[in-house]
Amino acid sequence: MTPHLVVIGASLGGLEALRVLFRELPSDFPAAIVIVQHRAMEESGELAMLLGEAGSLSVGFPLDKERILAGHVYIAPPNYHLLVEEDHFAFSLDAQENHARPSIDVLFESVADACGPSVTGIVLTGTGQDGARGLATIHRRGGLALVQSPREARAPQMPLAALEAVPDARQLTLEEIGQWLFQLRIAESFECGLRNADCGSF
Amino acid sequence: MIPQSAIRNLKPEIDNIEAIEVPLLVEAVYRRWGYDFRDYAPASLKRRIRRAVASEELPSVSALQERVLRDEACLQRFLDQVTVSVTSMFRDPGFYRVFRQLAVPLLKKRRSLRIWHAGCAGGEEVYSMAILLHEEGLLDRARFYATDLNPAALDAAREGIYPLETMKEYTVNYQATAGKGAFSEYYQAGHGHVVMRADLSKNIVWAQHNLVTDASFNEFHLILCRNVMIYFNASLQERVHRLLYDSLAKDGLLVLGRQESLQLTPHESCYQALDSRERIYQRIG
Ligand SMILES: C[S@@+](CC[C@H](N)C(=O)[O-])C[C@H]1O[C@@H](n2cnc3c(N)ncnc32)[C@H](O)[C@@H]1O
Repeated sequence: MTPHLVVIGASLGGLEALRVLFRELPSDFPAAIVIVQHRAMEESGELAMLLGEAGSLSVGFPLDKERILAGHVYIAPPNYHLLVEEDHFAFSLDAQENHARPSIDVLFESVADACGPSVTGIVLTGTGQDGARGLATIHRRGGLALVQSPREARAPQMPLAALEAVPDARQLTLEEIGQWLFQLRIAESFECGLRNADCGSF
Repeated sequence: MIPQSAIRNLKPEIDNIEAIEVPLLVEAVYRRWGYDFRDYAPASLKRRIRRAVASEELPSVSALQERVLRDEACLQRFLDQVTVSVTSMFRDPGFYRVFRQLAVPLLKKRRSLRIWHAGCAGGEEVYSMAILLHEEGLLDRARFYATDLNPAALDAAREGIYPLETMKEYTVNYQATAGKGAFSEYYQAGHGHVVMRADLSKNIVWAQHNLVTDASFNEFHLILCRNVMIYFNASLQERVHRLLYDSLAKDGLLVLGRQESLQLTPHESCYQALDSRERIYQRIG
């Protein structure tokens, strides 16, 4: 069984935001987290290190066809698109999308296809509009759409684009997103848990 | 006006219809033209098929199927869309650097070298290796077999002509491989393009070969198959690993792409890692 997937897309300012977000995550986190951070060329190694220090979860770049496991944080390596198929990762060297490779849309759309409702998509700070279309697909397939509040984001364009594409998405501060993630642990079944909690409007 | 909710209900329909259409298209291409994409990794294949539909300005995957069945020119365009020939010279410089240190001493022990670039795309990887072997004094004893599924990519590779603007990036890559000369020695610059030096390619044979449907055709001392099997599903990967294994000399070397690893395949025990980070493996069994 594939665990619940939390997919996160970030660009400019993302490193800082992710650090805040991950500070509190428990080591028995019941979902898998997959991150696309733009321009991670140099930063992604740094990102893995930072997150590794910050939390107690296992963090790293996935390999082709690697199985997705709960309690792991996976970071898209530079220069490849990262996709999800069934219960594992896949890669491609297809052209950039939204001037990016890895692209958030590519990951999000594949995740929506593979996992339908057992997905939480999160768009954080960033320039450009990568992630907006992917978040809409996640939402359409019954997944949960969260967007960092543009007021809080260092670069509000990406959250704004995501909110325009998914007007029903939940606008939250990093702290609130952290709480959402934390709830995953408390909720016995993520779906029921979150849905009963307070996303009646979804 | 169509209410918003109706559109939303329609879209999953389209997703579901495509899930039916894509395997049908792939089956049709296979039966009509013999190109077998049936065991390609589905998520990225679907994206590329969608792109092919858009670039043919067609309304659906089914419409593309109809056209590609009847029109051979459309097949070539389809191949260009569906095979991904994105590549570069000295991609992952770290690999070439480690290759110089660890693999070259092994290759130097052999009097002749047969090298197979499986999935060579536009040839950039092959010219990179030829330059490296030239600098290590091995080029004259090497014979390269550079193969790809896509005939258009092979035509480009054979010409050895590349856009001038890519040279800046390749020069940086080259320098990071601990190159022994100046990269500009290896090509002649023209108007907006460069031509690779002819002596680099004198020992290269370019040929069409499909890893899915064609057999092993020689025994090699070095096989590079980088960033090709990422496009295959796990069971096809297994078959192709068998083919590569069968094509390797007893202590020959196998090189995979950066995100690929033998770890996840049943052939793991047939190899030892020369450098697991740079995905250089040596056949032991
Ligand atoms: C992304 S390129 C990799 C090029 C180069 N090896 C590199 O790593 O830079 C993938 C290549 O694999 C080729 N390819 C895809 N399927 C193939 C198959 N079944 N047999 C042979 N080549 C294939 C494509 O045509 C494309 O040129």
